[in-house]
Amino acid sequence: MKIGSSEGPLLLAALLSGDLPDRDGRFGPFGGRFAPETLMPALSRLEGAARQFFADGEACEALDRERRQWIGRPTPLTRARGLEKAWGAEVWIKREDLAHTGAHKINNALGQAHLALRLGARRVVAETGAGQHGVAAAAACARVGLPCSVYMGVLDMERQAPNVQRMHQLGAEVVAVDKGDRTLRAATDEAFRTWVADPEGVYYLLGSAVGPHPYPWLVRELQRIIGDEARSQFAEQAGGLPDAVFACVGGGSNAIGLFHAFLGDEDVRICGVEAGGKSLDPGENAASLSAGRPGVLHGSYSMLLYDDDGQVLETSSISAGLDYPGVGPEHALLQAVGRVRYVTADDAEALEGLAECCRLEGILPALEPAHAFHAARCWAAKNPGRRILIGLSGRGDKDMPTLSAAL
Amino acid sequence: MNTSLTGAERLQSAIIDAPKPALLPFFTAGHPGKEDFHSTLSNLADAAEAVEIGVPFSDPMADGVTIQRASEAALANGVSLDWILRELKAHGDPGVPLVLMSYYNPLLAYGIEKLAESCAERHVGGLIVPDLPWEECDRVRQLLLGHGIGLVQMVTPATPAERLRTLCRGSGGFVYAVTVTGVTGGERRVSEEMTTYMQRVSACSVLPVCAGFGVRSAAQVRTLADVADGVIVGSAVVDCLERGEDAGDFLRSLRA
Repeated sequence: MKIGSSEGPLLLAALLSGDLPDRDGRFGPFGGRFAPETLMPALSRLEGAARQFFADGEACEALDRERRQWIGRPTPLTRARGLEKAWGAEVWIKREDLAHTGAHKINNALGQAHLALRLGARRVVAETGAGQHGVAAAAACARVGLPCSVYMGVLDMERQAPNVQRMHQLGAEVVAVDKGDRTLRAATDEAFRTWVADPEGVYYLLGSAVGPHPYPWLVRELQRIIGDEARSQFAEQAGGLPDAVFACVGGGSNAIGLFHAFLGDEDVRICGVEAGGKSLDPGENAASLSAGRPGVLHGSYSMLLYDDDGQVLETSSISAGLDYPGVGPEHALLQAVGRVRYVTADDAEALEGLAECCRLEGILPALEPAHAFHAARCWAAKNPGRRILIGLSGRGDKDMPTLSAAL
Repeated sequence: MNTSLTGAERLQSAIIDAPKPALLPFFTAGHPGKEDFHSTLSNLADAAEAVEIGVPFSDPMADGVTIQRASEAALANGVSLDWILRELKAHGDPGVPLVLMSYYNPLLAYGIEKLAESCAERHVGGLIVPDLPWEECDRVRQLLLGHGIGLVQMVTPATPAERLRTLCRGSGGFVYAVTVTGVTGGERRVSEEMTTYMQRVSACSVLPVCAGFGVRSAAQVRTLADVADGVIVGSAVVDCLERGEDAGDFLRSLRA
């Protein structure tokens, strides 16, 4: 979807000044609250509690302390000298793989667990694809003392078996979802249903910047620490700003967290990298922005992969964390106004990106950010000598079963 | 049938004019088989005041296991909104007003204006869209209204008083009172709490109020008769169809 050249800059300015999302939870045409009536009071309550939370100095300070002492923030910005030699560019990596539990997901999970406590929830439910959000939710709930149930598709439970064990170890119940597409989408349907059944007692700890308002905004606010840190670390360690910023996009929480700090920097190119899967044919990828159209799933109007009858398409990606047919509404807006460019990397390219990062940097990235490494490499080839920042959203230990099968 | 009335008005009077409570059965189009569509529709229409037809969707997030299963089966049978509207045209007058129940995305894909036109020509008096709450529905509501079709609003026990008034005023055809917080399916007792809730809804509404979610037995229907103008029977009908039983007989047994 394209937005007119006169309206685009106005929407971007509104986003930067904090006027978007608006009262209805809209990022321009995208977002909103397409949720069953049963959830509407709960969504309003959540928004109210979140706004109070962010305005409460003591609560924010307590969260900051946990971010430092328990997550291990700030995560480092690492200069990637091996990749620099290979690519002919200056390369910096924001290391969310070094955050507690091994991915950026913990930033959101910890923040929302604090909110769940504030709302007086009796228990927390979460959905998970790669298992990283499930592990993060399990850990954060253990930390604040709330019981946690994680919904996970049986297909994902197979390919991310190590994370299932970790969730159990952290005291969470893992609920196997053996219907629908048996991946993240079916798990999300099921977590929603559990919430619909008990909107007062259950806190739904949504894992990405998707879903009905206020989630896309709430998750971005909790993840923007990635970009805020990276921007000042870059200034301090490298000087100035990067020429280009790359991150992978599934639902898009790590990407929006990294991008947000740079949206106002006109000279910084920003690029989101989606899962190209096997091909860009319907059903063979998870590239909602590159291959989808506007539609409604899981509570928000955003770019979505669906057929001519409005049925959501099956998706395919080697990385469970990107294997989702929708994307956060803020990304849909950033694409429509032309501020962020969205490209794809396919399964094979992600595997190459992963292997190169292992070999040259001694870092095993997850398959999800491996997509971003590939796209950054392609850009570097066309733009030699430039300065690149890549969001490394998580570590790849969880992918060992997939890697053993693929490599 | 009085043709000077709009579809929404016909739906409204079909519920009000019936001996209380009116019965509104639900079935998923093309379930259990595509070939069953016309016979199921006729059979249900014979025993009911209006029939609710479910459009299958890949992600029915407000539905329990029964309707999820029916939806999945119908999709596997190749059912789409377009197919349903074509079959309804072929079916002709079912004798009672129809209500379409669909998640929003299939409607978006079809085109809301075209949908409103098609519905008006096919005895559809109302639409229920579970993931299109009041804040998001204005455009759809207006377009449907232009063709005399009501967008049925759902209210729940958790709906605050002021919002309840807004939803009741803004509804079309009838008001859908969800009697329990939760997904569809499963039997629930009619409690005193529910009676108070239903009275609260009726007090806000000039339109008939129909109770839904978890209605399965004649005893429940009898109790609801005192507080609801109509009763929506969903998962129980779908279960019945899945077992290959006569859903019309089942509906008649609920009036016993």
